[in-house]
Amino acid sequence: MKQARRNAVRTLAALTVGALLPIGAAQAAEKIKVGLMLPYTGTFAALGTAITNGFKQYVAEQGGTLAGREVEYFVVDDESDPAKATENANKLVKRDQVDVLVGTVHSGVALAMAKVARDNKTLMIIPNAGADELTGPLCAPNVFRTSFSNWQPGYAMGKVAAEKGHKTAVTMSWKYAAGDEASNGFAKGFEASGGKVLKHLTLPFPNVEFQALLTEIASLKPEAVYVFFAGGGAVKFVKDYEAAGLKNSIPLYSSGFLTDGTLAAMGGSGEGLLTALHYADGLENAKDKAFRNTYATTYKLQPDVYAVQGYDAAQLLKAGLDAVKGGKLEQPAMIKAMEAATIDSPRGAFTLSKAHNPVQDIYLRKAEGQENKVVSVAAAKLADPARGCRM
Amino acid sequence: MDFTIFLIQILNSLQYGLLLFLVASGLTLVFGIMGIINLAHGSFYMIGAYLAFALTSLTGNLMLAIVLGLPLAFIFGALLEWLLFAHLYKRDHLEQVLLTYGLILIFEELRSLAIGDDVHGVNIPALFSASIPLSDTLSYPVYRLLISAVCIALAVGLWWLMQRTRLGMMIRAGSHDRDMVQALGIDINLLYRTVFALGVALAALAGMLAAPISSVYPGMGGSVLIISFVIVVIGGIGSVWGALIAALLIGFADTFGKVLVPEFAGLAVYLVMAIVLLWRPEGILKKG
Repeated sequence: MKQARRNAVRTLAALTVGALLPIGAAQAAEKIKVGLMLPYTGTFAALGTAITNGFKQYVAEQGGTLAGREVEYFVVDDESDPAKATENANKLVKRDQVDVLVGTVHSGVALAMAKVARDNKTLMIIPNAGADELTGPLCAPNVFRTSFSNWQPGYAMGKVAAEKGHKTAVTMSWKYAAGDEASNGFAKGFEASGGKVLKHLTLPFPNVEFQALLTEIASLKPEAVYVFFAGGGAVKFVKDYEAAGLKNSIPLYSSGFLTDGTLAAMGGSGEGLLTALHYADGLENAKDKAFRNTYATTYKLQPDVYAVQGYDAAQLLKAGLDAVKGGKLEQPAMIKAMEAATIDSPRGAFTLSKAHNPVQDIYLRKAEGQENKVVSVAAAKLADPARGCRM
Repeated sequence: MDFTIFLIQILNSLQYGLLLFLVASGLTLVFGIMGIINLAHGSFYMIGAYLAFALTSLTGNLMLAIVLGLPLAFIFGALLEWLLFAHLYKRDHLEQVLLTYGLILIFEELRSLAIGDDVHGVNIPALFSASIPLSDTLSYPVYRLLISAVCIALAVGLWWLMQRTRLGMMIRAGSHDRDMVQALGIDINLLYRTVFALGVALAALAGMLAAPISSVYPGMGGSVLIISFVIVVIGGIGSVWGALIAALLIGFADTFGKVLVPEFAGLAVYLVMAIVLLWRPEGILKKG
């Protein structure tokens, strides 16, 4: 039954591609049309730019082409606004007829994009958004992710916290999908290794008045605290945690976003924090060194995890294009090649799970100065459980 | 929840309430007394926070930054009033909404061009960076208590200004009947310019004082705008004491909402607003 449905989907996909191609083929047989739908304004603007830079860097390293094809970009600023997401994705898919959608940072926007991609059978590569559903209940043959699922760093951190001998923990995040998913991952990792999560504290997004909940942490007296915050909220939380005198008595753990790009703003408060993520400063591999050097000289900026994810999105696309040589963009062949690909990422090589999420090492990192220095591998070759994915 | 923790939560509520009053105080003047629907209030708060960041980086001291930043914000407010807001007093509220919404977009874009989209921190002045231990695991930052003290001083100062000084009398009169006040020989334009500039300076002061604890980030203005309007409206438009009571009420609702009913914490504030407005549609202490 499942096989039959899959075949039907593939046939349908092949037919759609087949029907569309003659129009495209008449003008540009060689080109690959890439739709970049990323935030270029608003809170996540820097992330959108880093992803774009990373993507273009890989294309440049390939001599300005991907698998011999010229790359034509169609760029849309998604403003991280879920309300505009469907319209923006449709613009790229229907008007510009892109071959592949690349995006985005905000999970709510990515969910809407993925729906458009599924409905139109457009290939999609997600270079950041971590919502578990994207490679869980909403997984699809034509949707890939080169970043992470929120569950992954959370799980790895939980495992490490338990290994450090902590028996009890309190988790805390904004009350939204990413926070709940990451905290859930932490609880799974922590409890699988013998710990117990006493309570999951939440506050409405993007409220940053933490004092009431810090007081509650102090009264619960757990042995460890796990949080999921990012951006301005992360800076405020870490400062408040220290000012409340908790930093010295109850160790704080988090997914890496807490300390990525925020350490300078935290002043000294972030020093020594342990976080888990699929990328870190000071990785000892040649690929990462080369990547960082090129990035720094090309863009006059230090690369970050977002740039890596963009870079890998381009690598994954090339793997698909290699399979169809210079010929028609046959999606089934491309998907098959992308599923089988090993991506030589600056973070370390990774493969994709059945649900199309990276199976990757999650690093334990320690904040030192402005850097998140790698300490060890918190969880090797960690795969998201992809609950609810039927594919 | 044991008794000590309960007391600490009350302290948290008071402290947060006072901080909210500080944030809303500028709007009490501009919206409450002058009657301008000022959606750019959050932007003035944001400008204050970025001023604190820029001037602290320059001078190395937040206190010095505030001393320098306040007159800058006041002059900026006066300029803005002269250039834009002065033309709006007799116009429709909708036009005020349009102008001030436009200003939000412009200020946000200018901020992005001038400083960028990164998150920044401002250090608490060394003098106030200590913490006071409250229980075996928890201590309370002195800087937060300092902010509370500033808020109380500000509330008293504003009340005194509005109710006990000649300037306050003229402002109150002007908000009732511009033409009559002018006919009595008072320069109403200068008066309004002063009040508006004062409102901007207060919003900026709130941003500057809050910068070390809230950090400085894109979109921070939007986070205080709605709560400020909520406070001014449920306090009773134009009333300083009303705004203070409203801010404390919201502080309690938010703090205990998070602790007792975390699932609905986001609603707590608006529930309080709905109840107060059903009970007193004009707000807690409506003036005039």
